[in-house]
Amino acid sequence: MNPFLQRKEQLFSLERRNRRSRQTAAPRQVPDNLFVQCPGCGKGFSRLALASNLYVCPGCGRHFKVSAYYRLSLVLDSGSFEELNRGLVSNDPLDFPGYGAKLEAARRVTGLTEGVITAVGRIGGMPAAVAALDSRFLMGSMGVAVGEKITRLIEHATQNRLPLVIFSASGGARMQEGILSLMQMAKTSAALQRHSQAGLLYISVMTDPTTGGVTASFASLGDIAIAEPGALIGFAGPRVIQQTIGQTLPEGFQSAEYLQEHGFLDAIVPRGQLRAVLVRLLRLHGRRAEA
Amino acid sequence: MIREIETQLAAIERELSSLGTAVVDKLRRSQLQRDRQELEAAAAGDLSPADRVYLARHPGRPNIDDYTAALFQELFEQRGDRQCADDRSIWAGIGLFHGRPVTVVGHSKGKGLEENVARNFGMPNPEGYRKALRAMEQAEKFGRPIITFVDTPGAYPGLEAEARGQGEAIARLLMRMSALTVPVIAVVIGEGGSGGALALSVANTVIMLENAVYSVLSPEGFASILWKDSSRMEEACGVMKLTARDLLELGVADRILPEPSGGAHRDPQAVFRALDGLLWSRLRQLEGLTGSQLAAARYEKFRGMGTVLCPSER
Repeated sequence: MNPFLQRKEQLFSLERRNRRSRQTAAPRQVPDNLFVQCPGCGKGFSRLALASNLYVCPGCGRHFKVSAYYRLSLVLDSGSFEELNRGLVSNDPLDFPGYGAKLEAARRVTGLTEGVITAVGRIGGMPAAVAALDSRFLMGSMGVAVGEKITRLIEHATQNRLPLVIFSASGGARMQEGILSLMQMAKTSAALQRHSQAGLLYISVMTDPTTGGVTASFASLGDIAIAEPGALIGFAGPRVIQQTIGQTLPEGFQSAEYLQEHGFLDAIVPRGQLRAVLVRLLRLHGRRAEA
Repeated sequence: MIREIETQLAAIERELSSLGTAVVDKLRRSQLQRDRQELEAAAAGDLSPADRVYLARHPGRPNIDDYTAALFQELFEQRGDRQCADDRSIWAGIGLFHGRPVTVVGHSKGKGLEENVARNFGMPNPEGYRKALRAMEQAEKFGRPIITFVDTPGAYPGLEAEARGQGEAIARLLMRMSALTVPVIAVVIGEGGSGGALALSVANTVIMLENAVYSVLSPEGFASILWKDSSRMEEACGVMKLTARDLLELGVADRILPEPSGGAHRDPQAVFRALDGLLWSRLRQLEGLTGSQLAAARYEKFRGMGTVLCPSER
């Protein structure tokens, strides 16, 4: 396709999305008023102050949830973003009661078609395949479409010998797509096996929250495992565990810091430093024997 | 429904065994036998998904110990993950199947409360999955086919399980299983619950027993998550599409092994014989493929899970 036409098309679609989100609802990660109170330290800030601090509380450093597009805009070189498989959706394989309406509502609120964005772009000049899950879209749950988009991205990365960076934010498998959601765990993990066998780098960045079937598949399979400070990361949810063991959970259980202490994370990286860390990691893996 | 039938049948059996040879007793006996026939016919009729969940969890249902004893010879159990522990909720070992060595891995619930507790009701900790991975990688090293038996409510949601990386252990197993260069056949014999079941099911062929179930989460957990009410379990069974027939239609299961009417526990020997035949024929087919063909076939099988649509770009 003519690149100018494509660019124009992109601009128009962005404009459409903006108009839609203006009509319906503002981003949900922070309340839609001028002042935001941090649930961590209780201090209040203007939305502008919070936004200019990358949605990290200036008082206590708490990392607020952010949308997938915003997430990618923080790490990709400007102008390098090229989305893949946008608009790809699943059918409703179980004819699940009420699911269609839920999907529509999520689409209206977020302006997304599904719970993940996949793209190719550059980070510090180096090409990479990237994905970001969006926890506002049905809890970032993984159904067939999310699994398929991620698998296609991994396969694209394998074919084009690209490093892969996936930002997870998910409540786990999407219940409404039943067993087929579960199968996405095997599908994405199998694709990662091929990517890994090809000698390529995969960096998994776990953000708040990363749980369930996403933790038990691609999020846990990074050559390098990184998390944002304070992110909740685990397989079973805290409520379920509490019911199972019948006692209160220790302070900080399943936080990024807890996981690092138990040997499951290379680094905990604050949002503001994430891009620099990714650039360094890509550089460290960039020069192979032939260079 | 099947639960009530089972209770009534048990009552009839009790009464039958207490009857003597007097004429009234004989009359009563023939009456009871007619009742029993009717009840058995009802049990053989259409079972609801909730009935199948009940049968899949039946305490008398054959478990991995019964299958391994019936199907394999010269069994040698392999224990421990070589890192920190031995998880009794996963059984792993080597045995002969029709004279050839195979690796067997599966969830183990045990029978009776004492065994159930010792094996954590078939809910593995990370060590269990790491033991399974060790056994499978060894199978690949020695060129042994792998047969897995799936029967778990799910991976154990416990504090230590999280501390030791439950998610990582399952993910690693999914990843490595996808590329194994030996034939892998999974048999869902009872409950296939969640990621804990999938972790042993990345197979070339997935066989489900007729009354086995396989789902994204236990029906109770499903109801609890979606409706915040775990007592709506029967309703969940209805919408989850978790029966063998549903899964065959969805392409998750490849074959269904019919069960005797009333469930596998009514005639275990018949189930063992049928499974033996099915496993043997599938294994011989798979053994016609090279290692890389086996891995590629497995990849494609899971690659094709689910349909996506690409409507015009928005």
